[in-house]
Amino acid sequence: MPYKFLEDVAIADVAFEATGKTLKELFESAALAITSTQVKDLKSVEHKVEKDIEVESDNIEMLLFNFLQELIFYKDAELLLFSKFDLEIFPENKKWKLKSKAYGEKLDMKKHELLVDVKAVSLHQFKVEETKEGWKANVIIDV
Amino acid sequence: MPLSQQFRKPEFKKISDVIWEIPTTFKQGMKVPARIYATKKLIDQMDLQVYDQITNVATLPGIQKYAFCMPDGHSGYGFPIGGVAAFDPNENGVISPGGIGFDINCGMRLVLTNLTFKDVQPHLKTLVNKLFERVPAGVGSTGFVKLTKDQFRKVVEEGAEWCIENGYGWEEDLERTELNGKADWADVSKISSKAIERGFNQIGTLGSGNHYLEVQIVKPENIFDEKLAKKWGLFPNQVVVMFHCGSRGFGHQIGTDYLQTFLPIMERKYGIKILDRELACAPFNSPEGQDYFKAMACGVNMSFANRQVILHRIREVFADVFKQDAEKLGLHMVFDIAHNRASLEEHEVDGKKKKLVVHRKGATGSYPAGREEIPKLYRDDGSPVIIGGSMETGSYLLVGGPNAAETFMSTAHGSGRTMSRTKATKMFRGQQLFNEMLKHGIYVKSVSWAGLAEEAGAAYKNIDDVIEATHLAGISKKVVRFIPVGNIKG
Repeated sequence: MPYKFLEDVAIADVAFEATGKTLKELFESAALAITSTQVKDLKSVEHKVEKDIEVESDNIEMLLFNFLQELIFYKDAELLLFSKFDLEIFPENKKWKLKSKAYGEKLDMKKHELLVDVKAVSLHQFKVEETKEGWKANVIIDV
Repeated sequence: MPLSQQFRKPEFKKISDVIWEIPTTFKQGMKVPARIYATKKLIDQMDLQVYDQITNVATLPGIQKYAFCMPDGHSGYGFPIGGVAAFDPNENGVISPGGIGFDINCGMRLVLTNLTFKDVQPHLKTLVNKLFERVPAGVGSTGFVKLTKDQFRKVVEEGAEWCIENGYGWEEDLERTELNGKADWADVSKISSKAIERGFNQIGTLGSGNHYLEVQIVKPENIFDEKLAKKWGLFPNQVVVMFHCGSRGFGHQIGTDYLQTFLPIMERKYGIKILDRELACAPFNSPEGQDYFKAMACGVNMSFANRQVILHRIREVFADVFKQDAEKLGLHMVFDIAHNRASLEEHEVDGKKKKLVVHRKGATGSYPAGREEIPKLYRDDGSPVIIGGSMETGSYLLVGGPNAAETFMSTAHGSGRTMSRTKATKMFRGQQLFNEMLKHGIYVKSVSWAGLAEEAGAAYKNIDDVIEATHLAGISKKVVRFIPVGNIKG
């Protein structure tokens, strides 16, 4: 799994590190980490609903922040959990843009073993960086 | 890098057995010293990032006297949990969502019954199961109050008042709620449509994480202030209900929205430099600062309404299980109190009275007798302070203490974690914990086994140590300790 939860970084919140060979992979990993924080088995979230998600920002870091925040929005507003993403990231008019199709389904307490509700992505120690292997992001989420 | 290696331990100046000061020389930019309220034992348990975060707070514009951390302090984002700071708007003082938390007005409500444990024991499982059925909890739970978005806009301007007008509670509940259940400076035009969409179906839901609803008992040996306990309606072997929840997705979105509003303008427009992006802020007396304060008030109202509707459900369940009206069962509220909020309050600073923006993040208002913030009902006694412990240990009712003015009338809010959630889920197993708690006389219903493991008592500080520290410091005084016998968690 291209993300791992960190046990010694945030006491009250959930911290994870996501990685990817490309930006696209990094964003997918981080998005899956958000779903995994809330539901035990990612595979239990079937691809029944498709949602178009588009965000933009001046920089890559806030692009990821905005993208993850959209997923949290849909969890509350439409009770949707996502387990697969087709996404593209590209610069346009001096901004970074993300266009994505997110696949998932409505959360169902009987079907999904739910864990903890994600309240928000925190900017505390939030970091996206290029590494030798590709890209890495550190994220702390308020739960 | 693990926390323990990343941050340094300050050299404390010991002010008393329960007050430890970090001088302004600890970090460049500190405008005031930081003060930690804790016993030696507690301060040795605190993670080092607490000191980094509270000294970051000490660098913010307009801060008065000290940046405080309460005995249950642990690291968070922006402010530490347990952080208290007051800012003077006339000295460019700021307002910061990171000093309030995403879960605006997260707080506690305590409800009495006239039942004893003997009355309840035979029905305990039924009671807890029914409460679990009727008070939705967990990820993505939705409430039973079906509202249109326009009705919801009204709720977030009117708070608990809306609930009473619509039959979800008793008139007397309002005078037993901070601010009478309504932050009257709320302005829904400062709220994004996203926040409305996230929250409008969540009134009457607990949420998850450390949010819970508990059936608790008053053991005779746990009454510390007999006179006040009696006056407030508490008696030996009584059963009470305590619950902890906040403003759900609505409040969370407000925090996120204004974080994004403040970040790009803070330095460019107001010349404010911060040490952690979660301390994003704006001068209180700026258009953006005022907008957030009014939006935050909507979050405050959502949270009051949420707890009010949950109380309504609790009364229904008790009436159903014990076949008597909630009135006859004596289900009166003691109090509803926030621990994530900013308030505009008058305080004395170096002999001068000032209107300050007091931020409490994981800290509770604790007002000594006479203060106007206290509802008339309790004004001669001091404000009731409700502090919830971990689900295995117990909770407290206290009263505003004689020295509370030292901390801008603030005290602790809970046990305070000592272990990360990720670590706790590796160390404890939900099912096993359930069995152990049952052995100790606590029946728990949880949406998730893993969620239960995260909240294991051993992941928290000892609540008695935390309370003792606030008691010794005189910022809040013990009235009653409660022991859990039934617990619902999301």
